[in-house]
Amino acid sequence: MTLTDLIEIVIAVALVIGAVFTLIGSVGLMKLDTAMKRMHAPTKAATLGIGALLMASMIHSFAFGSGSLKEVLIMAFLFVTAPISANFIAKVAIHRGQDVPPPSPPNDQTWSTLNPLDEAIDDPELPTRS
Amino acid sequence: MQRARRSILPHPFLTFVLIVVWCLLAGGISLGTVVFGTILGLLIPQVTAAYWPDAPRRVHPVKITLYVLLVLWDILIANIEVAWIVLTKKNRDMRSIWVTIPLELRTPEAIAILAGTITLTPGTVTADMSDEGHCLLIHALNADDADAVRDDIKNRYERRLKEIFE
Repeated sequence: MTLTDLIEIVIAVALVIGAVFTLIGSVGLMKLDTAMKRMHAPTKAATLGIGALLMASMIHSFAFGSGSLKEVLIMAFLFVTAPISANFIAKVAIHRGQDVPPPSPPNDQTWSTLNPLDEAIDDPELPTRS
Repeated sequence: MQRARRSILPHPFLTFVLIVVWCLLAGGISLGTVVFGTILGLLIPQVTAAYWPDAPRRVHPVKITLYVLLVLWDILIANIEVAWIVLTKKNRDMRSIWVTIPLELRTPEAIAILAGTITLTPGTVTADMSDEGHCLLIHALNADDADAVRDDIKNRYERRLKEIFE
């Protein structure tokens, strides 16, 4: 067994791990029953899955090519953007009242998503939007 | 002097990150990429400075590196945990709860990092913030005790972020 074989095995293992976790993320998305629960699967299982796939890509490029570090950027942007999309989906889920309503915050009036904006728009004092 | 520096380099760290990102995108370090990256790194913070008036000062680089490593490790554990819950637990056995976290942090950047960390780590997703920004709403996938989740997050992440930013 040569070093090339060893590197190929490592790449294959990383690819399989990535594929398995991405699959589990998708299974979770199908299996879980409420919107809030469903968000857990893609935000976590999928990040590790894609991380492992990118790791495989990086090892391959360093072992057999000129080497590239663009994957680090992809991972960084993914880690920065995943929570934001999850947060937006959560806000919609709360606003639609699809889940159990959240408890009120201990030291403030209400949650920012539940701020009664609708009343503010109906207020006759405010200029109406056409 | 301080003021002149601030008008040329409103966010030195952002400049550094932009140069590194540009070199990574270009796929190598050569004189051309570094020079063009520096031009971008000087221009972009200047143009966007109006939208980011109060950047946090005195951020410890060592502590923030340690924090990133801790979070990366936790992401690894979180993935395995959530995968296990998804595969083995039935929907009706899962106890999903809301957790509220009163915040001690006041720096907006620190709160944003805490919210992102919570989403990426074990079984919790940041769902919302209170209207005055003193409290975070978190959804836990499978937890028995809301207080335990809250204390864990406060001790593990918020305390470290407070040391880093405040």
